[in-house]
Amino acid sequence: MKLNGAKIFFECLKKEGVEVIFGFPGGSILDIYHEMPASGIRHILVRHEQGAAHMADGYARASGRVGVCLVTSGPGATNAVTGIATANMDSVPMVAFTGQVPTAMIGDDAFQEVDIIGITRPCTKHSYLVTDVSDLARTIKEAFFLARTGRPGPVVVDLPKDVLQAQAEFRYPRKVDLPGYHPTLEAHMGQIKRAYDHIRKAKRPVIYAGGGIITAGACDELTRFATLMKAPVTATLMGLGSFPAVVRDASGRKQLHPLWLGMLGMHGTYRANMAISHSDLLLAVGSRFDDRVTGRISGFAPKAKIVHIDIDPTSISKNVDVDIPIVGDCKNALQKLIAMAESEPVEDLDAVRAPWIEQIRQWEEAHPLSYKMEGDVIKPQFVIDKIYEISDGEAIITTEVGQNQMWTAQHYHFERPRTLLTSGGLGTMGYGFPAAIGAQVAFPDRLVIDIAGDGSIQMNIQEITTAVSNCLPVKVAILNNRYLGMVRQWQELFYDKNYSSTCLDTSPDFVKLAEAYGAVGLRASKPEEVEPILREAFSIQRPVFMDFTVSPEEGVFPIVPAGKSLSEMLLAEVTETKWSQAKSKDTP
Amino acid sequence: MEPGQEQRHTIGILVQNVPGVLARIAGLFSGRGFNIQSITASETHEPGLTRITLVTTGDDKIQAQIVKQLNKLINVIKVYDFREMEFVDREMALIKVRAEAQTRAEILRIVDIFRAKVVDVSPHFYTLEVTGNESKISAILELLGEMGIVEVARTGKAALARSKKH
Repeated sequence: MKLNGAKIFFECLKKEGVEVIFGFPGGSILDIYHEMPASGIRHILVRHEQGAAHMADGYARASGRVGVCLVTSGPGATNAVTGIATANMDSVPMVAFTGQVPTAMIGDDAFQEVDIIGITRPCTKHSYLVTDVSDLARTIKEAFFLARTGRPGPVVVDLPKDVLQAQAEFRYPRKVDLPGYHPTLEAHMGQIKRAYDHIRKAKRPVIYAGGGIITAGACDELTRFATLMKAPVTATLMGLGSFPAVVRDASGRKQLHPLWLGMLGMHGTYRANMAISHSDLLLAVGSRFDDRVTGRISGFAPKAKIVHIDIDPTSISKNVDVDIPIVGDCKNALQKLIAMAESEPVEDLDAVRAPWIEQIRQWEEAHPLSYKMEGDVIKPQFVIDKIYEISDGEAIITTEVGQNQMWTAQHYHFERPRTLLTSGGLGTMGYGFPAAIGAQVAFPDRLVIDIAGDGSIQMNIQEITTAVSNCLPVKVAILNNRYLGMVRQWQELFYDKNYSSTCLDTSPDFVKLAEAYGAVGLRASKPEEVEPILREAFSIQRPVFMDFTVSPEEGVFPIVPAGKSLSEMLLAEVTETKWSQAKSKDTP
Repeated sequence: MEPGQEQRHTIGILVQNVPGVLARIAGLFSGRGFNIQSITASETHEPGLTRITLVTTGDDKIQAQIVKQLNKLINVIKVYDFREMEFVDREMALIKVRAEAQTRAEILRIVDIFRAKVVDVSPHFYTLEVTGNESKISAILELLGEMGIVEVARTGKAALARSKKH
């Protein structure tokens, strides 16, 4: 039976098991919207296409399924680009469908025409312009396959209007034929043996876990291998949740996992960064040696042999030269390492590891993550501590970008994968709120909280309507310091306290704003109000905005200044003296 | 090769002949700050397949990254890293050179020595066709430079691995 392109589109999506589309209609994509009600697929109408892309992304990261967004041509497509690029940098499986002007008009500068394939080529895993309706089903099949396999990523499918109107026989291909696409999944056994040989001999091993472990579903394997080797684990921002930060002791109380180092990098813990700097063996798994992780490259893990497991060969030896590269799926590689560790265990492992574990304990004792409560002022870290405590670590947390993101990474103890959704690679302000909506769509019964700043929440605040109209009870905790806090902190530390354009003294009243949109608004301005407000918010089955008035000039520490190595991080109390010393030198 | 040392390097790329494939490759190079010295592309004997030969510069680390990044493109079927194999390469150049009564004989001698061809003659110009490796083309250009070269069109290098099949 012949179907038109729009009907074929929905048949394909049903074959892929798509349950929800995040989108916004427009002229070029109207044929699809015409078929939408009859399709049975749920549509979440957003208020800006960037929101649609981030929601599809949040849905994908929370659930592990492919997120789908749908936008019209021209500005609809360009508005989605930031969301597509965000997904690309963080390897999120997504298919973005964009409307396009009819094929005969492509290139004529038609109304709402833009070359979205050209624009998105550098920020997608792949992209397709469909010019013939008989190619549509095959293209959609390939798009979903590419999005979710190998190193996942976003795929753009551009759909000209005439293709959606033309008729073709619908047949969904059972297999894809992509002769240039063969991701290496099996880790090479010879390399695994070499790697294990180094790991077993190591005195000061560190496992550096990235988001690839979560993507590969290899978190249990990571924990198992780390435990077998008694190897401490640090994670990147994207890797948080891949290893349980806390465990329950005999009495059922939570305490930090003895092998957990916390996050590493620019705002990593003292113990994680020191462990990296003194390690003799670094096992990097599903991570890509991002500059926010390594600091100055020549000072990164200077004493360590480096083993790097990644599914993407381009990630290996791109920034940091590694000694033993292993291309493959993290789960596959870790399973093989576990088998080796079980058949050839290290003798006297406890004794071998004791000095290293003790050294790490001393680092932690010397400089734990900390903040000072001062009088009647709410410290932002305190809000996150309370969110963790009250949610019992069971929430899905999203963040915006900046201080709110780093404090969350430091102070919320992630125990499970897919409980932190954050824009790590692209660093997209305005990501967290729509991503939380997407996650809430995937898990309607779970507590989903966006930890935001007063700056970044305003970048996609229009999506409150989306949450309200779809009865999605997301919670937003705004750490309101009336600054673009992270940029202000850099100005304080590195730009002479010249607070150029970072003071947000005219923000809206977020409580009234939430109410105007039909959501609930709550405010806390004293520490003792934080807990009751959180408890109230978590008990309301509607979207809630919580405005926490926090201390305006709190900084994120430790911080590794740009161009410095990890061991040269500035700690909170040290920074004060260092700054005043520098000041007195500069201004005699 | 010493780390950090820049070198010219030839890469063969077999790609699916689909719209935009050349833009993907060119975009990869510009987006990641890699160099393209020359690029040639044309269909092969196999339907739907195009072969691209690309000459680039960079140190070993960059060359390795270029090969990996090319392999990552979905439409790229195979990348021939000619650092790792014997290969033959040829380039063709069309050279329009000033040919006056007193220089014509010398030009024709050069044409003969280089096994070039005169493909167009007009009262004051010869257009020559010469094929060879890069150094041969450079050598003839240098010699003809003294006669007065008017225009040059070089195809860029085309290359194939020497052994039977890769």
